[in-house]
Amino acid sequence: MGRFAPLLPELILSIGGTILMMVAAFTGRRGSGTVNWLAVILLLAATAALVGAPSHAGPVFDGLVTEDLFASFGRALIYPASAVAIIAAHGWFERGTEHSSEYAVLILFAAVGMGVMVSASSLVSLYVGLELQSLASYVLASYRRTDERSAEAGLKYFVLGALASGILLYGISLLYGFTGTMSFNGLAAAFGRGAPSLGLLFGLVFVLAGLAFKASAVPFHMWTPDVYEGAPTPVTLFFGSAPKVAAVLLSTRLCVSGLAPATDAWRQIVIFAALASVFLGAVAAYGQTNIKRLLAYSSINNVGFALIGLAAGGARGASSVLFYMAVYVVMTLGAFLCVLWMRDEEGRPVESIASLSGLAQTRPGMAAAFAIFMFSLAGIPPLFGFWPKLVVFQAAIASGYVALAVAGILGTVIGAYYYLKIIKVMYMDEPAAPYRRAREPVQGLLIVLAALFVSPLGYLLIGPLTALTDRAAGSLF
Amino acid sequence: MLIAIPLVAGVICLFANANGARWTALIATFLDFALSLYLWTQYDPDGPQWQFVEKAGLGGGVSWALGIDGIALLLIVLTAFLMPICIGASWRAIEKRVPEYMAYFLLMEALIMGSFAAQDLFLFYIFFEGGLIPMYFIIGIWGGAERIKASYKFFLYTLAGSVLMLIAMLYMAGTAHTSSIPALMAYDFPKEAQTFLFLAFLASFAVKLPMWPVHTWLPDAHVQAPTAGSVILAGVLLKLGGYGFIRFSLPMFPDGSAQFIPLMFVLSAIAVVYTSLVALVQRDMKKLVAYSSVAHMAFVTFGLFAMNRQGIEGAMLVMLGHGLVSGALFLCVGVVYDRLHTREIDRYGGLSDNMPGYALLFMVFTMASVGLPGTSNFVGEFLSLVGTYKASTWAAIAATTGIILGAAYMLYLYWRICFGTLRHADAAAMEDLSVREWWLLAPIALAVFWMGIYPESFMRPMRNDVGRLLVRMERVAPAGDSAPTPGKPKLTVIDAHEHGATH
Repeated sequence: MGRFAPLLPELILSIGGTILMMVAAFTGRRGSGTVNWLAVILLLAATAALVGAPSHAGPVFDGLVTEDLFASFGRALIYPASAVAIIAAHGWFERGTEHSSEYAVLILFAAVGMGVMVSASSLVSLYVGLELQSLASYVLASYRRTDERSAEAGLKYFVLGALASGILLYGISLLYGFTGTMSFNGLAAAFGRGAPSLGLLFGLVFVLAGLAFKASAVPFHMWTPDVYEGAPTPVTLFFGSAPKVAAVLLSTRLCVSGLAPATDAWRQIVIFAALASVFLGAVAAYGQTNIKRLLAYSSINNVGFALIGLAAGGARGASSVLFYMAVYVVMTLGAFLCVLWMRDEEGRPVESIASLSGLAQTRPGMAAAFAIFMFSLAGIPPLFGFWPKLVVFQAAIASGYVALAVAGILGTVIGAYYYLKIIKVMYMDEPAAPYRRAREPVQGLLIVLAALFVSPLGYLLIGPLTALTDRAAGSLF
Repeated sequence: MLIAIPLVAGVICLFANANGARWTALIATFLDFALSLYLWTQYDPDGPQWQFVEKAGLGGGVSWALGIDGIALLLIVLTAFLMPICIGASWRAIEKRVPEYMAYFLLMEALIMGSFAAQDLFLFYIFFEGGLIPMYFIIGIWGGAERIKASYKFFLYTLAGSVLMLIAMLYMAGTAHTSSIPALMAYDFPKEAQTFLFLAFLASFAVKLPMWPVHTWLPDAHVQAPTAGSVILAGVLLKLGGYGFIRFSLPMFPDGSAQFIPLMFVLSAIAVVYTSLVALVQRDMKKLVAYSSVAHMAFVTFGLFAMNRQGIEGAMLVMLGHGLVSGALFLCVGVVYDRLHTREIDRYGGLSDNMPGYALLFMVFTMASVGLPGTSNFVGEFLSLVGTYKASTWAAIAATTGIILGAAYMLYLYWRICFGTLRHADAAAMEDLSVREWWLLAPIALAVFWMGIYPESFMRPMRNDVGRLLVRMERVAPAGDSAPTPGKPKLTVIDAHEHGATH
């Protein structure tokens, strides 16, 4: 039993998820509320189980996964974010024909997959975790199966995702073929033996391409706006938060520990992906009229900033990535929860930016929260979203990449425009038809908490959070 | 305390009704003003450089460190002085969404105070940038017809300027291993690095000040902003740029600054002549005053980069004087705008007949803006001219041209508005200043005369700080081309002080 102890969170989730699936199958629609809340409790329990985890640090199952503070930190972001995604669905699916209980189960399995992703220290467990998460996500994207857009989103995500998985597998097979090992440590040793061969480089490029797809970094971002727009909003909220963390942290662990000797080889790829994401995310969002598409580009933009931290490399870079993702998750969840509340009088969801007109006068509280998230995503001080950007640029400059930091920071100015546009619509335009008042106290509480976190009060957390990310990043080395 | 009061009051305002918000804001700003006066009396000009220091670590290499020297003190007092006036100016002019409006003003006051008092690089940046948000809302919600465009322009211009400064700050903190401003002011960066650091900071402060050619956001923002917004923009926000030069560029990168003196002089010279000429042909009152701000700010850069005592003290006084005078001029424009709802100069004329009180005060501020001896701007402009002359004759010639042109456009404006016959019936029907408006303008007029007649009370607190700054720049200060015989320039120095003191 002792050797399973480090996997306690995953065990809780997978066993609990299986049981809940049975419950869902037998109770049907009646049990959906219970299943949802049980799933949330499971996720919270798994998060709580993380607290004791650092003591079990080290590789388990012959080095397939490594349970260290880095993995725990990642899961401490992923599980609560998944829980929020389940809470967000409350009151969303009831009106349709779908059962909402499977939704929670799918998210649970996706969470298990992401947990494996962030702790993977072998290419096999990397792939298994990634596919577990992806398969659940494909189904989630097309969850509202009677809706054409949702079905289209699911299909698109599946086809492109399968392609990306193929590329990733191809890269893995190349790496395995040329090194004879699957573990990250073995890879590091193989790359350390002098200049990497052409085959190894090919493998590295393909693996990174596959991961970039999952993180929706340019040039593998094409699916993001369509899927974000088509998927039901709670699912979009989920896609925007937890899987992004998992993919970015997985890339970080792979690059910083597994491919450390080949830093020069991956760094140029990451720098390109980072800058391309920052600029494309900023520019392409200009013409958007759909808030979910706009937030999709915003997430591309933000992943770019996190990758700047990765490009900086070393413990400092990894720490800045962790910090960035921690704040990013909260901002994204908050913003999407606000989107979730955009419903017209009959309770149908509205997604156009124009419908936000004059929100500051009809619903001042919601407008203030939304404005805080927008300013924070844009990285304008004194909001907390400014600090992770600062940390990332600091890491880049400390590694001597001043030009990279300058380019990135210019990207924030370009990106600031469209965040300002939303705020302008909310605060300076004449009021449009008001939204229906949402009756979701839990979601309201979450919005308030998230807004407080990114408000200047968040600066009080800098000290502990920095200490934690530094230790977590240190556990990679 | 200075920061906390407006913040708390701002939150209260959000939940109050229109009238309650007005009173809350007024009381809070008065409290803040009283506090700043208390600060002034308690400030010991001969004491240590940094007084009233507060410090608490925030982690991640940044700390909540506040403290002021004489330079910051004066600017804080100026801010606190103008704030109640701004609230008063918006008493009737703002009708819609009053609580929000007052909340933004108080938030802004807190942020501005914070940036003047910050002793940590990143804390300064946070306050400095944070000021954009409330101003963006003030222009965007309560502004004129083109307000959206103006608010975007204001926001993006300033943001673009200051992000480069952020990179420079990150580099500085990384190299010097501290983000404390007093420590950095004594740190010597390598010469090559100073060039880039100076340019990065220049990008930010030049936009904020603003200097030619990055001043174009200012006329738009001023014209579209509500009156009180213009007052605070011209009176205080622009001063952040000048303050930045004094606090960061000059003491932290003396070599870098010295290298760019010619550039700064050329830019200032163009600014002073070009914007004065532009001001001369304006049809819009607010635009005219806005362009005059750009011209006046050029005196600040002239004075600062002369790198001598007269120049820097003069620059400080120009900033203070301009804060008062241009604020007052915007209020004067606001007074007639509230009555007739147009800023078109041609729509007025002959106002001295039906609004004698208004004409009197407007005259005072026009003269102050021109730099008539006995008013605040005279002392500042004269000192910074003396300083500039000592550094470079050519720069001084250009600057003096600016003064002449300044007299031209201001007097032309005054003539068109107040003299002549009352051509328009609606303009003739306007009433003279109300009691409230007297209360807004008269204190400024008093301050203007005080600064013009006895500037010593403003120069005393900053004298030692300017001295420290000079010591820092001694090595690199330009020799100047205007010292014909030794001994005589010294006479000029004494003259300058006495001149300012006796008038």
